[in-house]
Amino acid sequence: MNWEIVIGLEIHAQMSSKSKLTCHCDASFTNEPNTHICPVCTGQPGMLPVVNKQVVESAMMIGLATKCQIRRHNEFARKNYFYPDLPKGYQISQYDKPICEKGELEVEVNGIKRTIGITRVHMEEDAGKLVHAGSDNIKDASYSLSDLNRSSVPLCEIVSEPDIRSAEEAVAYAQKIRQIVRYLGVCDGNMEEGSLRCDANISIRPKGQEKLGTKTEVKNLNSFKSIEKAINIEVERQIDILEEGGEIVQETRHYNESTNSTKSMRSKEDAHDYRYFPDPDLVPILISDEWILKVQGSLPELPEERKNRYINSFSLSGYDAEVITAEKETADFFETTVSCGSKPKETVNWIMSEILGYLNQKGLTLSQTKLTPKLLAELLLLIDKNTISGKIAKTILPEIIETGEKAENIVKNKGLAQVSDEGELKIIIQSVIAENAKVVEDIKSGNPKAMGFLVGQVMKRSGGKANPGKVNELLILALE
Amino acid sequence: MNDILKLTAIEISEKYKKKELSCTEVTKAFLARTINTNKDLNSFVAICEETALTTAKTVDEKIARSQELKLLEGVPIAIKDNMCTSGVRTTCCSKILHNFIPSYDATVIEKIKNNNMPILGKTNMDEFAMGSSTETSFFGSTKNPWDTKTVPGGSSGGSAVAVSALQAPLALGSDTGGSIRQPASFCGIVGMKPTYGVVSRYGLIAFASSLDQIGPFSKNIDDSAALLSVISGHDSKDSTSQTQIDTNYTKLDSLKEIKIGLPKEFFANLDSKTKELYQNITNKLSNEGIILEETELPSLEQGISTYYIIAPAEASSNLARFDGVRYGYRNEQAKSLVDMMELSRSEGFGAEVKRRILIGTYVLSSGYYDAYYKKAQQVRTIMKNDFQKAFNNYDVLISPTTPTPPFAFGSKSNPLEMYMNDIMTIPANLAGIPALSMPCGTVNDLPMGLHLMGNLLEDKKLFSIAKRIETILGFNLQNPYWEK
Repeated sequence: MNWEIVIGLEIHAQMSSKSKLTCHCDASFTNEPNTHICPVCTGQPGMLPVVNKQVVESAMMIGLATKCQIRRHNEFARKNYFYPDLPKGYQISQYDKPICEKGELEVEVNGIKRTIGITRVHMEEDAGKLVHAGSDNIKDASYSLSDLNRSSVPLCEIVSEPDIRSAEEAVAYAQKIRQIVRYLGVCDGNMEEGSLRCDANISIRPKGQEKLGTKTEVKNLNSFKSIEKAINIEVERQIDILEEGGEIVQETRHYNESTNSTKSMRSKEDAHDYRYFPDPDLVPILISDEWILKVQGSLPELPEERKNRYINSFSLSGYDAEVITAEKETADFFETTVSCGSKPKETVNWIMSEILGYLNQKGLTLSQTKLTPKLLAELLLLIDKNTISGKIAKTILPEIIETGEKAENIVKNKGLAQVSDEGELKIIIQSVIAENAKVVEDIKSGNPKAMGFLVGQVMKRSGGKANPGKVNELLILALE
Repeated sequence: MNDILKLTAIEISEKYKKKELSCTEVTKAFLARTINTNKDLNSFVAICEETALTTAKTVDEKIARSQELKLLEGVPIAIKDNMCTSGVRTTCCSKILHNFIPSYDATVIEKIKNNNMPILGKTNMDEFAMGSSTETSFFGSTKNPWDTKTVPGGSSGGSAVAVSALQAPLALGSDTGGSIRQPASFCGIVGMKPTYGVVSRYGLIAFASSLDQIGPFSKNIDDSAALLSVISGHDSKDSTSQTQIDTNYTKLDSLKEIKIGLPKEFFANLDSKTKELYQNITNKLSNEGIILEETELPSLEQGISTYYIIAPAEASSNLARFDGVRYGYRNEQAKSLVDMMELSRSEGFGAEVKRRILIGTYVLSSGYYDAYYKKAQQVRTIMKNDFQKAFNNYDVLISPTTPTPPFAFGSKSNPLEMYMNDIMTIPANLAGIPALSMPCGTVNDLPMGLHLMGNLLEDKKLFSIAKRIETILGFNLQNPYWEK
């Protein structure tokens, strides 16, 4: 049978706020257990939460960037369940009145654009973390310890409609969400550290059928690769069951990256009844039009807008504009470099191939190096002015990245300036011609390919510094 | 008996100013009275002799230097044991918190300390403030000084007894459905529940967050108003705290014309002696030119059923944090996480608390939420509207505080019968309006209270009218225990 895949994603983005959602504690990560805690986030008796306004604004920013409606009257609810990493016995979250609703996001896979609906964006607090002694789970551990540093760290949950139709599309959607929250500066998007976590609701149905199939929720998708692999493996599993005449059980499944398989965590029957109700300790959040306008006004340029601007004002191709804007840091770097005088197209090429290639190999990011847009622009200008060749430029790039030294100085100190002086070049050419009589004859008898060999020889003898155009020109003259 | 004990808080303040009394003298007198009578009454679960005397010394130094004293500075006070006191055991009179020592002060405690009011100790209460008799306390019940065979009311029974038995000139209680006003009535003193949000709940161990409010116990209205002036005010640590509060209740207005409504729903089922008492009171008031009219607030009859959905629902969630993981009682024999939590909670909570957690869990369950919790919230809105309409016509509404005088220990074994005791006090919590109980006479030699309800944020007007009534009725506070 021909199956259609139906996927909805729930993405949890940790907000890059200095303090937690409900107290003043430091929200940043630390390895020292229970150091970023206070009576409020450890659920001491009598303590009350106070909502961090910055998180409310971050959630509004995400909503506005994904064309959501902002709910003028939204409220926090308690999600009740018992677990030792949840100090109050309930999680402060949003339920039937989330801050943002009904948005959408356009994604492109293999040149095909599709719009994915966004059901809601809501704020909630994170739970703490358990450390089990002698096991990886609480049942077999000799004892377990609870670290509440993460308790009440602010999260935004972004829930998509079941509009996604393939694993590739799910990845494209997740990447786009990551790109947006990073551009907004509300989340660092680091999936390995858990700043961005993803759950997928997956079902299949015969093509053409409108009714949705029974879904499973797959958890623990900690990289784009896991999203893709987990969806594919789960879809395969569902197809196998249905084609053998079986039924899908509505359940939560855990994805195991090392075995590339999913395992049942709990079925619908064991699902918690969270007994949601409005949190009586927190008053509803009332959002005025003025507040929305203020936040709207503070939104930075989003990836899509920036891409179009690059196409229009820098004459970049759609592809170049797409790749250079993928990461805000890279795009910012590109733009500043161009403003220092380098040519846009060349700048894109250099950043995407030479610089990112070097950084990937070393496992670094731009901000971790000494390379600045000004240093790069200076390097590219040296090529432009024929002071050095592109090849020389590539050889000195690592030094610039590592030391922050100006290209001009490196070229001067190492004597790498391109030789365009005719007298100097003519001496080299004469000796190359003298030593390669056979090749010269070849050329004269009508084999122009051998010309390249001679140019190469001259370049080699000049230590790569000879201006290749000039060499070519002089060689032709010398051979006439 | 030491005459100091009979002084009101304001009289004590005056004597400090005139240097007729030292704070140490006063504090020692109340401490001695407390220590001597507590075995008998069981109103205190902790006595803080040392720190109270340290505070007293500070005040005496100020008096000696003729420094100006703050409002009620140096006047000793007793605190209900559900308000967190840094370094002092705070238990909610529950086994599950029997060993809990907070590292922080509730906002009200900060304010009390800021005004150098010596804290005499922590008072007994129904476990987690759930009860109307102080019989559910893990530390045993408190006796009513009027008749030690009867209950002092609850849940703030310990605080009410402390003032009534002259162990403290002032006390703090908390009121979720009548827990200040009902024991004040049973003990023949003044107890006041402010408008919701006038006093910060930060550091008050929550029972039902949308209903809980801290308030004063005192011998008279002036003391009550003075203590509310000390403890009230916006608090950025409590999101439900009122932002616009006039915190000076000490200069009460004299109102030219007072119009009082009598909700007939509250006078319907009184016995003849009680009816007669309130008839006499209304007669006295109208003789003094106060206008009294019978009125109707039909939604009041839904008060108890609405309350017993909302309060347990919030409590079931508020009490989830007592799981044996981080503090409080833990069953050490349990072999698994679930066993540990279940056993700690089964053994740590008393029967009434468990009953309410079960009710609350039930009414919030999926499939029942709309029928119970949501409907209760709708009734609550109707009730608020009914009150708003009533306050368009009347300055305050009055009724008895309780349908009967204090009852004997163990006489209300049926929980529903116990719940009915709060029928007149519960609506004020649901509507968030200020209300107080003041002594107004006796039935069978036991005290009865007059209950006044005012409009939202009109706490000062409520006090002003109560003061006028107090002057008219001139009720004598003295109970038999004063001579012990």
